[in-house]
Amino acid sequence: MQTKRTTFSSKWLPYALLAPQVIITLIFFIWPSYQALVQSVYRQGDAFGIRPPTFVWFHNFQALFADDLYLNSLRTTFIFSVGTTVLSMGIALLFAVMVNRMIRSRDSYTTFLVWPYAIAPAIAGVLWWFIFNPTLGILPYMLDMVGYDWNHRRNGNDAMIMVIIASAWRQISYNFLFFLAGLQSIPQSLIEAAAIDGASRMKRFWTIVFPLLSPITFFLMVVNIVYAMFDTFGVIHATTEGGPSQATTILVYKVYRDGFVNLNFGSSAAQSVILMAIVIILTVIQFRYIERRVNY
Amino acid sequence: MASINMDKLGKVYAGDVRAVTDVNIDIADGEMIVLVGPSGCGKSTLLRMVAGLETITEGTLKIGDRVVNQLEPAERDIAMVFQNYALYPHMTVFNNLAYGLKNRGFKKADIDQRVRQAADMLEIGQFLDRKPRQLSGGQRQRVAMGRALVREPAAFLFDEPLSNLDAKLRVQMRVEIRQLQKRLATTSLYVTHDQLEALTMADRLVVLNAGRIEQLGTPMEVYSRPATTFVAGFIGSPAMNMLPAEYMRGLVSADSLAHLPSKADLIGIRPEDLSLEPAKENEMSLSGRLMLLEPAGAESHLHLAFEGIRETMVVRLPHVPEVTEGSTLTFSIKREKLHPFDLATGQRVT
Repeated sequence: MQTKRTTFSSKWLPYALLAPQVIITLIFFIWPSYQALVQSVYRQGDAFGIRPPTFVWFHNFQALFADDLYLNSLRTTFIFSVGTTVLSMGIALLFAVMVNRMIRSRDSYTTFLVWPYAIAPAIAGVLWWFIFNPTLGILPYMLDMVGYDWNHRRNGNDAMIMVIIASAWRQISYNFLFFLAGLQSIPQSLIEAAAIDGASRMKRFWTIVFPLLSPITFFLMVVNIVYAMFDTFGVIHATTEGGPSQATTILVYKVYRDGFVNLNFGSSAAQSVILMAIVIILTVIQFRYIERRVNY
Repeated sequence: MASINMDKLGKVYAGDVRAVTDVNIDIADGEMIVLVGPSGCGKSTLLRMVAGLETITEGTLKIGDRVVNQLEPAERDIAMVFQNYALYPHMTVFNNLAYGLKNRGFKKADIDQRVRQAADMLEIGQFLDRKPRQLSGGQRQRVAMGRALVREPAAFLFDEPLSNLDAKLRVQMRVEIRQLQKRLATTSLYVTHDQLEALTMADRLVVLNAGRIEQLGTPMEVYSRPATTFVAGFIGSPAMNMLPAEYMRGLVSADSLAHLPSKADLIGIRPEDLSLEPAKENEMSLSGRLMLLEPAGAESHLHLAFEGIRETMVVRLPHVPEVTEGSTLTFSIKREKLHPFDLATGQRVT
């Protein structure tokens, strides 16, 4: 495709127009990334400047993969990401299918379902903190009636379920919008043809609608995994702070904790570099396969 | 194989919007009925009511001996060819054809045999492994046909299946669909807005306007004796000329219109019923000034104007005459070729 070439009167104007974005990228992305890369191969000096930072090659990385806490955090992150993605996409798809059946009330339902997305993650975290609070929350109270003793402060599984729900909740809105748009782009005549071909409602969904949604599903899967791994710091910080006994310490939270609480900058930087590599891999997967996975 | 009976069928949408009113059609076993009308006349709604995609709010619909008003589309034993083909884009041609059979629990060997048989009939055998997007418009059309006939349903429903094809392919597919339908002798209901398609394909055609039947009959009945001014104007190209009777009296000799009923205040003349031959017995003559001559190869269209009348007339001749524009020409027409209508009701008067 040919794009129109704009001619600027001044030679500097295009650079000036690009400058804000370039400067922001340099200051908030390139520079910290570079710092993290450098720090990840150093052992930090002491706080008084007596012992200077020493170059330790990949010692920080080796130490990480020998550390049970880090491996445990990897596992936690995996469970958390998969849980959040499956939950938020599943519920969003269900909502989208139901709203898509409405005719007149479709727009109002859509508006209500998108609202949660406008709420800051930390606020959402506090909201869920209240709902799940073992002493005054409504959910533990109701669970107690059916004989379940909910306490996410003691029980790691409870804590994990809580952060998954709290993280998925916000993402449902986002996924819902995409699924709804996807459903609306499927021609009605396909569903009608399938109905005439003798497929039941469930069968029509699984053999026609769901396969046609697969490009969107794949796109959302990558977006949601990235969200769960990197954007859920606020939720975890506001609810469990990674506890109890590190049961909800996902990688991003561990970077923060090791770096800013425990002040182990070398290890923290090495963890950031690993996270960076994961993001790059996920992005590459998304860009490379999103076109190919479109199966029609 | 089955007949289809529509008894006082009607459709009223929520909010009292009327789409179809009082439709009575009996389609015989193996017959091809074409529903034709302008867009918004309710022809597609009627077809979708037969398919079960729209609920029936009035009347009874029978396919074979069963009343099917309340049945799901799948239970009506019909197959439909959609305007946009509605092929499943993620499935191969084979699976598109096999989908309906799989859903109905056919054996694998049986499915295989039926799909190949249908594919051979439609000459799409070499495309069975392809996806619909790898096919041309005509090939997709064939696959859509194949999906309909592979199940051997009681009736075929066609919803403007040719309107997405280019002119040449449309004529070709028109012939193929008609030949196939005759060979299989499957009861068919075919919707189109193209009057030529309707005339050429139908055993009987139904002209619909504003949700009502204007006329039902064989193509030749409808063409030679249009029941209303709407049908007269819709069927035939160029359209029938309509002149008020009082103007006609000023153009032709007094006794020429004496055989027409007195209520006939609108006279229709088909463009091809006029000829340049001198008037013989039982013929009348009529003169007009030639405004424009449109030669079209094998035939020509002559546009005439008359003294003191705003209406113009089109004449279609089976040759291109040696005449000059601006000259006055005299045409003859058989008296029985005049179509008398009542201007107020739009009905033909006899």
